[in-house]
Amino acid sequence: MATETKEKLQFTGGKWETEIDVRDFIVNNFTPYVEDESFLAGPTKSTVELWDHVMELTSKERENGGVYDMDTKVVSTITSHGPGYLDQSKEKVVGVQTDAPFKRSLQPFGGIRMAVDAAQAYGFEVDEEVKHIFTEYRKTHNQGVFDAYTPEIRAARRAGIITGLPDAYGRGRIIGDYRRVALYGVDRLIEDKQEQLRSVGANGMMSEEVIRDREEINEQIRALHELKQLAESYGFDISKPATNAQEAFQWLYFGYLAAIKEQNGAAMSLGRVSTFLDIYINRDLENGILTEEEAQELVDHFVMKLRIVKFSRTPDYNELFSGDPTWVTESIGGIANDGRPLVTKSSFRFLHTLDNLGPAPEPNLTVLWSEQLPENFKKYCAKMSIKSSAIQYENDDIMRPIYGDDYGIACCVSAMAIGKQMQFFGARANLAKALLYAINGGKDEVSEVQVAPAYAPINAEYLDYDEVMEKYDDMMEWLAKIYVNTLNIIHFMHDKYSYERIEMALHDKEVLRTMACGIAGLSVAADSLSAIKHAKVKTIRNEAGLVVDYEIEGDFPKYGNNDNRVDDIAVYLVKTFMEKIKHYKTYRDAVPTQSVLTITSNVVYGKKTGNTPDGRKAGEAFAPGANPMHGRDKNGALASLLSVAKLPYEESLDGISNTFSIVPRALGKDEDTRVMNLVAMLDGYANKEGHHLNVNVFDRETLLDAMEHPEQYPQLTIRVSGYAVNFIKLTREQQIEVINRTFHESR
Amino acid sequence: MQGRIHSVETFGTVDGPGLRYIIFTQGCPLRCQFCHNPDTWKMSDGKMMTVQELVDDILDYLPFFQASGGGVTVSGGEPLLQCKFLIHLFKELKKYGIHTTIDTSGGLFSSSPHYLETLDELLELTDLVLLDLKQINAEKHKTLTGLSNEHILAFANHLKEKDVPVWVRHVLVPERSDFDEDLHALRSFIDTLPNVEKIEVLPYHKLGVYKYEALGMDYPLEGIEPPTEERVRNAEMILGC
Repeated sequence: MATETKEKLQFTGGKWETEIDVRDFIVNNFTPYVEDESFLAGPTKSTVELWDHVMELTSKERENGGVYDMDTKVVSTITSHGPGYLDQSKEKVVGVQTDAPFKRSLQPFGGIRMAVDAAQAYGFEVDEEVKHIFTEYRKTHNQGVFDAYTPEIRAARRAGIITGLPDAYGRGRIIGDYRRVALYGVDRLIEDKQEQLRSVGANGMMSEEVIRDREEINEQIRALHELKQLAESYGFDISKPATNAQEAFQWLYFGYLAAIKEQNGAAMSLGRVSTFLDIYINRDLENGILTEEEAQELVDHFVMKLRIVKFSRTPDYNELFSGDPTWVTESIGGIANDGRPLVTKSSFRFLHTLDNLGPAPEPNLTVLWSEQLPENFKKYCAKMSIKSSAIQYENDDIMRPIYGDDYGIACCVSAMAIGKQMQFFGARANLAKALLYAINGGKDEVSEVQVAPAYAPINAEYLDYDEVMEKYDDMMEWLAKIYVNTLNIIHFMHDKYSYERIEMALHDKEVLRTMACGIAGLSVAADSLSAIKHAKVKTIRNEAGLVVDYEIEGDFPKYGNNDNRVDDIAVYLVKTFMEKIKHYKTYRDAVPTQSVLTITSNVVYGKKTGNTPDGRKAGEAFAPGANPMHGRDKNGALASLLSVAKLPYEESLDGISNTFSIVPRALGKDEDTRVMNLVAMLDGYANKEGHHLNVNVFDRETLLDAMEHPEQYPQLTIRVSGYAVNFIKLTREQQIEVINRTFHESR
Repeated sequence: MQGRIHSVETFGTVDGPGLRYIIFTQGCPLRCQFCHNPDTWKMSDGKMMTVQELVDDILDYLPFFQASGGGVTVSGGEPLLQCKFLIHLFKELKKYGIHTTIDTSGGLFSSSPHYLETLDELLELTDLVLLDLKQINAEKHKTLTGLSNEHILAFANHLKEKDVPVWVRHVLVPERSDFDEDLHALRSFIDTLPNVEKIEVLPYHKLGVYKYEALGMDYPLEGIEPPTEERVRNAEMILGC
């Protein structure tokens, strides 16, 4: 007979004991929490001191022009660096990417030229020998891609009809199931992979796929051994499962740390860890070996580590994805398949870091919203959103039926079953520019170069809707083809030259891959077509006969006002482009998907796109993601939300991003009303099957003041498109674009 | 049946309970100096919309009303200029159990039987009236709005008789409607109205100034600043908010 104490130490068993199945462990062991936040503890003295230290380094980093220090000699691998600490005597969770915090790592596998450029942009010089090795002896991802690109692809890329492609940076958006490290220990994971290896090619057919799988699994096993070494360098043996909460945090974090040491992916998301970790915390609390203060301290210290993840990135990259984002996305909440809310005390503890450490953009806190979430949790989320503008919401009610109840969000809006699914990130195609190509017979309106095939241009003075639509259809077909081809090249080469060993080691053997295409300029294209259909649009041509501007006679419905006359056009575009993407064969037979998301590249896209028939001027930024164009949503916030909610998620499974900004007084008179109204808004949006919402609550004046006095706003956090940033880290251009967005005000 | 509509706001959070779909009607007989919607004054502006058009749009927002205990508020302009239209609209909304609110100055009230018949039919369909009591002092009321407050007070009494729930709102404008003696008098008047559920002080703000400029009109409260927080608290105390 086990003693009382012994019994508490046992987890409830299940399938997870015989198979690698973290979800099964969670649903058998988690404790839902439906009460309010009153149990939460403030920061400990160590937490305050460590965070002060981080803020000090942050301010030095800013004074240094954006980078504090950089390793220019040691190429980053899982085991490349010795241990590094913020303050070893105070840290409950340890480990940094190099041998010191805020020292960025050198990651040349994606491309040596980018690594060199990224260093030079901040006044650092990559070691000559490293340059030599990665130029003469070791080919990189970027070189591989450009070897395979065709002249047509290069031209399309240069013109910006497809752009932001992960051909010059790590593709990211793969979530290792870092929880496995804590639950199973690394030895068990290695055994499992060895067993997988034995089964691959066991039937004697040595096909290309089998060869690739065998090599990849061996790489994964190697990476797992390195993961153990990484932990050893900090004095931990993680070959066995974690035995208490502190170990669980530490083991899990080592898994994640190995990933960010090995990969400089655009988005290095964490997954869905808070409810998993809660199980360990809960057990320790019950056994009397942990207090609430200590539990919160573990969360705070872990989150602090996630906040200081840093990569070296080029100015080109920063233009696309502004503000030094890393997308350490953590998905919180949601509902289990059996109907129980996956909300635990630790769901609150993670959001509470926004109080204990102050607001910050990372980790990218993502609440999986459902109308069925406990009311107290909904209110707490709304309260923290109003306070910090640091939270995004995604609709669990529409994702759960597709991904089950153990999915996470990669990057901004991309859902994937954890450890069972990955994506080939594909940035996006410019639908607004494609419309201009349709009008101009494939010639670029800015450079006048023939980028797309020379289809017959439109010669009429006034644009005819049916004629434009017919030509647009052809142009989208061409665009989908060249786009998918480009992505196939990129991901073939990424697998070949910059394979995510440790992240894939924390996946099942059979992984569902998606080819995550995307579109930009949706609202511009929809409004342009609406103008052509409902008003009269006259073309203005240059001497070469190219249409370079438009005159609109009369008014037309604009996307963002819950007006089907134009919203239906936006829906049509989403469906049509998705359909066209499906026409083409994808690398590794990935399942094609798309997103309506721009991140901050809506500014770059706008810059590269000429005047459009909706009256937008050349160079003006597009609206972000699926948002209506700035200031065109005139009927208030809910009408704007309803227009976006009409976009069909099933045709855009990689996510539909909507960024919402409202001034506090428009949300309600007092704090309680604001909380209630925001909860109601999120419930209503979920009910209308809207997918994603960034919620910003602040005055425009605050942003203007922060532009003038950045030093006074070190932690001012805002949601942009699927992620949060420190406002003061955005480029000036990006800041202006944010300020120009629709702010829903009271009237 | 058509109404003359200035615009709609789908995320109203201050004009009635919960999230409100607000219909701003076009046209108003008053010329309140503090009005932040002078673009709704002219009787001939705005666009004609049918009840059906509005209802079709409003129904899209049902989940938001349900989640917040919200509904539809008709504001203006002066909504009671279009009583017949409102009756048709509210009848439709009531089919779906939608909470209805009218935001009015009550300035059009008349005791003519013909008028009362229409008004009472509308009030039967109205869950809440937001009643602007701008100045209890008749003379100062005339300065502030261009009209006497006689009809407005009569309207308030009529709402009492009909037992229609009312939220009283008082826009606090320094030098115009922020005098202690008037506020006390207003409170005494409200004391006679048992159907008043809530009293709100709305501090005057200058958000509408740009509209006057756009319309090429002089701004009547030029030089008057919003009330201090202290005066707002004072008014709230006197009025018993």
